[in-house]
Amino acid sequence: MQLFFQHLINALQWGSFYALIALGYSMVYGILMLFNFAHGDIFMVGAYIGFGVATALAALAAMSALALPNWLILVLTILIAMYLTSFVGMLVERIGYRPLREAPRASAAITGLMIGIILETGNLAILGAQRIRFPSLIKTSVYDIGGVVVTNKKIMIVVVSLVLMLALNEFIRRTRWGMAMRAMAFDYVVIPLMGVPLNTIASLTFALGSALAAAAGILFAVAYPVLDPYIGITYGWKAFVAAILGGRGSVKGACLAGFLLGFIEIFVGAYLSSSLRDLIAYSIILLILVFRPHGFFGEPHSAKLRL
Amino acid sequence: MVNDKSAVVERANTRFGWFRAYAAGVPLLAWLLGALVAVLLEQTAGDVLAAILGLPKVPVLFGCMIMLKEPTLIPSALIFVALIYGAPILLLGKVLARPGNWVAARLMSWPIAVPVILHLVVLYAIMYFWSDVSLYRMLTLRLTLIAIMLTLSLNLINGYMGEFSCSHPGFMALGAYAASTVMVGLFVNDRLFGEALLPAFLGPFMFPVALVIGGVVAALGALLIAIPSFKTRGDYLAIISLAFLFIVKSMFENLQFLGGARGIKGQPDYADLPTVFCWTVLCIWIINNFVRSTLGKALNAVRDDEMAAEAMTVNTRFTKMVAFLFAAFWAGIAGGLFAHTVRFINPGTFDLKRLAELLAMVYFGGLNSVYGSIVGAVSINLLGEMLRPLALYKWIVIPLLLILVMIYRPTGLVAFKEFNVRKLVQPKRKPEEEV
Repeated sequence: MQLFFQHLINALQWGSFYALIALGYSMVYGILMLFNFAHGDIFMVGAYIGFGVATALAALAAMSALALPNWLILVLTILIAMYLTSFVGMLVERIGYRPLREAPRASAAITGLMIGIILETGNLAILGAQRIRFPSLIKTSVYDIGGVVVTNKKIMIVVVSLVLMLALNEFIRRTRWGMAMRAMAFDYVVIPLMGVPLNTIASLTFALGSALAAAAGILFAVAYPVLDPYIGITYGWKAFVAAILGGRGSVKGACLAGFLLGFIEIFVGAYLSSSLRDLIAYSIILLILVFRPHGFFGEPHSAKLRL
Repeated sequence: MVNDKSAVVERANTRFGWFRAYAAGVPLLAWLLGALVAVLLEQTAGDVLAAILGLPKVPVLFGCMIMLKEPTLIPSALIFVALIYGAPILLLGKVLARPGNWVAARLMSWPIAVPVILHLVVLYAIMYFWSDVSLYRMLTLRLTLIAIMLTLSLNLINGYMGEFSCSHPGFMALGAYAASTVMVGLFVNDRLFGEALLPAFLGPFMFPVALVIGGVVAALGALLIAIPSFKTRGDYLAIISLAFLFIVKSMFENLQFLGGARGIKGQPDYADLPTVFCWTVLCIWIINNFVRSTLGKALNAVRDDEMAAEAMTVNTRFTKMVAFLFAAFWAGIAGGLFAHTVRFINPGTFDLKRLAELLAMVYFGGLNSVYGSIVGAVSINLLGEMLRPLALYKWIVIPLLLILVMIYRPTGLVAFKEFNVRKLVQPKRKPEEEV
């Protein structure tokens, strides 16, 4: 039982990574009906931007130019990296998606895929193939709760992701921008005619998704401080599957599916064999999709949609 | 006559006009013969010319690698390419236009198979002599031909059917593993499968059977995707096929009797140039006939408007299933050939990177088009090899190129064009002679 709770906490941590990344996929898919195949690599870029910001801030603090406590550096890192990465997202939209608004949807997916490859290769070219150590900003303190070992990092990761998810949910449900986004997801042909600017909403969608991906990237780096350029392609694509599993454009669905993916992976790894992780996780997802074709909270597509 | 001339001028004013005006009236046969002379010239005089121009050796892929490695040699490499390839092809093509047309016209009175086979023989001869120069060229050529098969079969799903399939590397893996298991198990003394079971001389005869087994296994795998995903419409296939790709890869990593993550190596070397060439031609021929058949047209109808197609008595689900399985079958065969060309496979060979590469080929070349698949596969593959000296930056140049193509031609370079063999091999008369 102890072990079970131990795995549960790990699963929650991995679930938060997947859920945060999946949200970006899900929003773009829900609002623009496009696959943003560059999103996994935006997650990677976010982690690297976070690395840059954290290193810079830590260096400033070390030079005692700015007397910042470490927890504040981490908070600032997350916020600044989210802000900066949202511009990466908007750039991706501007280059890869906006010129292709009239084109077949698959073509836009291909440009996204190619931008992803460019981001990955660009990173390799600039920073080289060696892995990067993310500065450890907070000391790991271990709590023992009834035999279950919990670190403060894990708690922080889960709490921060839940806060971000709730914030996004509130943003989409309560603000005017959020309403515009929901309207666009409902019908992106008619709503622009009613004065909602499609381009702005598209940029906003990409920016929000990218900011969340950046947060996921930094949280990931806090938990696993060794970064390499392939984290995007490894985890991003898994989150993509989770996003679709959650249902088109559903924030709740994406979170739920992200956590589900985390749970399956951790528990298969724990109780069966870690090499069977992908096999079983995707088989389960495939089965769910067979019986719930539109995901957990999705609605059926209209008949007009073709790639 | 005056009208015809103005037509020529008008065409000359459009893109590549000078070339079109120059090439008007030159039949394919003349170009092919020109190319044949060019490759023969390279074999006989290539070394001497390279030595005269100060090149270290005969440029392997049209001088691109030399140019990128040592910029000082750019002029010599360009001269070499112009002298060896450019001049003979352009001049001989023009000179041979008249006799070529005459021969082509004579050939057209035979059944269509005769001129087609003749053209293919000349094409094969060109490839043979071209790849004879170095082993590297041979490997590149074989991989390019296999890439054509893969691109064409993926185009069947993504172009002709209008779905977005991500599982092609998975089908390739199924075919590659099945064919490798049969061939390595039967004919090779191997760590995994033990002693050879059959004498080696049977190998070449078993090879096509093994490939077909690979294709059938891939098609069976495709059935797993097809049954759930064609129940409803939408982007369903994209996700299910992606999950399938992960499942296949993970499955092969876990099947220890197939080598696990280390894979299978030491496939017998049966996928030589003639074999790969024959399979590629067969693949193009069959898929081209498929897309021009009633079923192929029904497939296009399903893509354009599923409901209308249904109303017009097209059995949409059956049509999609058949096309999907058919594409998977060819991907499996290509996978088998790939395994026997590279002679080493492991689950990592069939990853997302390969998916990106295949998608790039399809969308670069053009959707819904056999020409496009050939153009896409050949250009992305050769480009990848030519830009090899750029190392990492290759993966910035090619994606950028593809983004530009997508922005300016969203469906690819040669999209929606029918591949008409008869038109290809028939004599091309000059506009004046047509009267």
